[in-house]
Amino acid sequence: MERQLIKGNEAIVKGAILAGCRAYFGYPITPASEIAQAAALYMPLVGGTFLQAESEVAAINMVYGASGTGQRVMTASSSPGISLKQEGISYIAGAELPGVIVDVMRGGPGLGNIAPEQGDYHQIVKGGGHGNYKNIVLAPNSAQEMCDLTMLAFELADKYRNPAVVLADGFIGQMMEPVVFPDPVKELPEKKWAIKGIPEDKDNLISSIELDPDDLERHNRKLQQKYEIIGKNEVRFQEYETEDAEIILVAFGIVSRLVQSAVDTLREDGVKVGMLRPITLMPFPGHVLEKLAAEERVKLFSVFELNNGQMVEDVRLVVNGDKPVKFYGRMGGNVPTIQEIVDQIKKQMREI
Amino acid sequence: MSTKILSKSQGFYDLYERRPGSDQETTHYCPGCGHGILHKMIAEALMDFGVNDNSIIISPVGCSVFAYYYFAAGNFQAAHGRAPAVATGVKRALPESIVISYQGDGDLAAIGGNEILHAANRGEAISVFFVNNAIYGMTGGQMAPTTLIGQKTTTTPYGRTVANEGYPIRMTELISQLQAPVYVERTMMADTKSINTTRKAVRKAIKNQVEKKGFSFVEVLSTCPTGWKVTAPQAEEWVKTTMTQHFPLGVFKDISGDAEPLNLTKDQLPAERIPKAISLPLGDKEKLVYKIPETVSEEIKISGFGGQGVLSLGVWLSEFGMREDLNVSWIPSYGPEMRGGTAHCHVKLSHRPIGSPLVAQPTVLVATNRPSLEKFEQEVVAGGKIFWDNSLIDISPSRSDIVSLPVPATEIANQLGNTKAANVVMLGVITAVSDFLDENIVRRTLPEIFKKKHLLDLNMQAFNKGLEFAASLKQMT
Ligand SMILES: Cc1ncc(C[n+]2csc(CCOP(=O)(O)OP(=O)(O)O)c2C)c(N)n1
Ligand code: SF4
Ligand SMILES: [Mg+2]
Repeated sequence: MERQLIKGNEAIVKGAILAGCRAYFGYPITPASEIAQAAALYMPLVGGTFLQAESEVAAINMVYGASGTGQRVMTASSSPGISLKQEGISYIAGAELPGVIVDVMRGGPGLGNIAPEQGDYHQIVKGGGHGNYKNIVLAPNSAQEMCDLTMLAFELADKYRNPAVVLADGFIGQMMEPVVFPDPVKELPEKKWAIKGIPEDKDNLISSIELDPDDLERHNRKLQQKYEIIGKNEVRFQEYETEDAEIILVAFGIVSRLVQSAVDTLREDGVKVGMLRPITLMPFPGHVLEKLAAEERVKLFSVFELNNGQMVEDVRLVVNGDKPVKFYGRMGGNVPTIQEIVDQIKKQMREI
Repeated sequence: MSTKILSKSQGFYDLYERRPGSDQETTHYCPGCGHGILHKMIAEALMDFGVNDNSIIISPVGCSVFAYYYFAAGNFQAAHGRAPAVATGVKRALPESIVISYQGDGDLAAIGGNEILHAANRGEAISVFFVNNAIYGMTGGQMAPTTLIGQKTTTTPYGRTVANEGYPIRMTELISQLQAPVYVERTMMADTKSINTTRKAVRKAIKNQVEKKGFSFVEVLSTCPTGWKVTAPQAEEWVKTTMTQHFPLGVFKDISGDAEPLNLTKDQLPAERIPKAISLPLGDKEKLVYKIPETVSEEIKISGFGGQGVLSLGVWLSEFGMREDLNVSWIPSYGPEMRGGTAHCHVKLSHRPIGSPLVAQPTVLVATNRPSLEKFEQEVVAGGKIFWDNSLIDISPSRSDIVSLPVPATEIANQLGNTKAANVVMLGVITAVSDFLDENIVRRTLPEIFKKKHLLDLNMQAFNKGLEFAASLKQMT
């Protein structure tokens, strides 16, 4: 298949349409607006719906409605807009609806700025809305993955009847790279639970309300079981030069690209480093980290993020004191240079 | 109100199995509550129009949160105030279904004010039933946006005042001012006559949807004896005599007679036609033979004022690189890098996979204004090339360990009659002196970039001028 040079944000929409998504509901925000614009351009051409909603709150509730009919639907936004969507995401999780949400993260808190950050890790991976739910979270690091992981998000959202979030950042959204687009998905899964406005589904109910404490606890336990199954089946990660690595750098999204370059540079200097990149943040590839932590040769874990240290908490949880875990983060839209990462590693090596 | 009205509708489930507890025959509403009566009217209308099997009811948050216990239809339960947005999603996905948003005054006029106004303004082809009981029934009788001045509630224990809470909001009047809605009426449920009027209004709002006429809205002034702490007959009397003073009854808008049926259905494009529709490359391009040295690994920074086409030049280089089977990445100056008014982009072209897309040490710098040259000159690797527009930059690179390539790109473009072509002149020079660009690939690709003939002609000329200029540069050096 021929490659197409394309912005990450636009690759999301093409991937979504190839995955059978036929409705987009969203509200513009930098640096995610190209997603809405591309959806506005292409959805009508394939018989789909594009609707610019009055707010992110409305958009996510439109997703709730359309998804309940069995259609593959999506919304996208950036951090402040995602904060507004949290109510709806909780309802989608509670009602066990599929739904794909793209978050092209920007600087926060508050209005922050439009520069790339990863400060939404907590609000997306840990919940964000109310209640005992989790999102499936996929973290692309290239334009190709913006397409591929969006398609995967639709598949997993349907398979588990759960919200699936593509957690990207301003850089990957704005970046252009060649992408190979796959063929359109021909057959979509059957959804017996959906309400299609036909007599056969009149007993179906899309709802997140459970008045009775026992019923609600049962429902919650079922959700937790689902997350466990997702944890068993759906972990995805990339290892780079970890086979003989004594230092494991951990990074997701755009930072993994910088870290990968830093690994190359450090290896040229004879430092045995490697990188673990979680592709799924929920489920988190904890078992891989655990295994690495148990290796005698591994001396240090070093986590790099564009935030105040959010994913590092999960790394520390699984490494559980077996090996030192260091953290280096930039915020506000600043991105470390390769040299900065290299210097950090050298400094951290001296510290341990 | 008579018990006859409360007898079960055929549009209801035979047994309310979703209702917890032993009583699955009656509704959960208080005696004398308006909700149950309105439910029944809706269910009957759906039966009468024969659309019961194709109807979808969106239950709100409020006392009618459990509307789905009763309606033998497709049922959604929505978040507080969001029913019109949920209804929008449903109706857009299922344009042939009858979609009903059922809401209370807190739900519709307070927390969901935005959702209802915009659903109405878009003219969503749905029917909205708005139960105005001037109070929050479900949560224990707090003030609603429709609570009357002086009315005591649990959160206006001294009575609602204009000074503190403002006036009760008239949603029907507001919505009737919008252009899209086809039918907006306010009725009440206080006696047999008004119940009959309400029944007619309910039927009309549903008929409009059956006939694809657009957005219909019926506000029903309704009783909440429990919240108001009065008896059922007192409640009916209060609706009739007091509520109607602030909320006048009547048809506020009805253009349904003239409204043309909406065409809501969308034709799904068959899968095999999707790639073309979304402009995917169709693999019909003839492969060119080119030679790019194995060692190519370029890190390029292109910088200038916004409007000089520096971002486009970067995209083109990436496009050519991709067609030469290189790995490429392009990223614009973005976020904090945008400080200072210059636009720039980072381009990487390499046979190896590209890690960071950011260029810290360019092998090639293209500078089209003075601040760009000053800002980035020092970053360039020893032996790297600096292409700079000497028709605009009045200084020269200060370093001696780089290759300085002054190009009067703007001047040449002006001679061709269009300053905008300066970036293509620059492209010509870069193509001539770099080993990572194949002239044939560029020539073959330019017509895809400049689709209009006059633009293509101009830019082909600019490209050739660039090549020519590069030849003269070579002779000079
Ligand atoms: C986000 C949110 N805020 C508050 C509530 C609590 N709440 C439930 S119902 C309701 C008011 C309902 O009043 P109304 O819409 O007038 O319905 P009624 O019960 O009077 O029919 C409130 C405030 C909620 N469920 N969700
Ligand atoms: S509290 Fe009021 S609105 Fe709620 S069921 Fe009782 S009477 Fe009806
Ligand atoms: Mg009320």
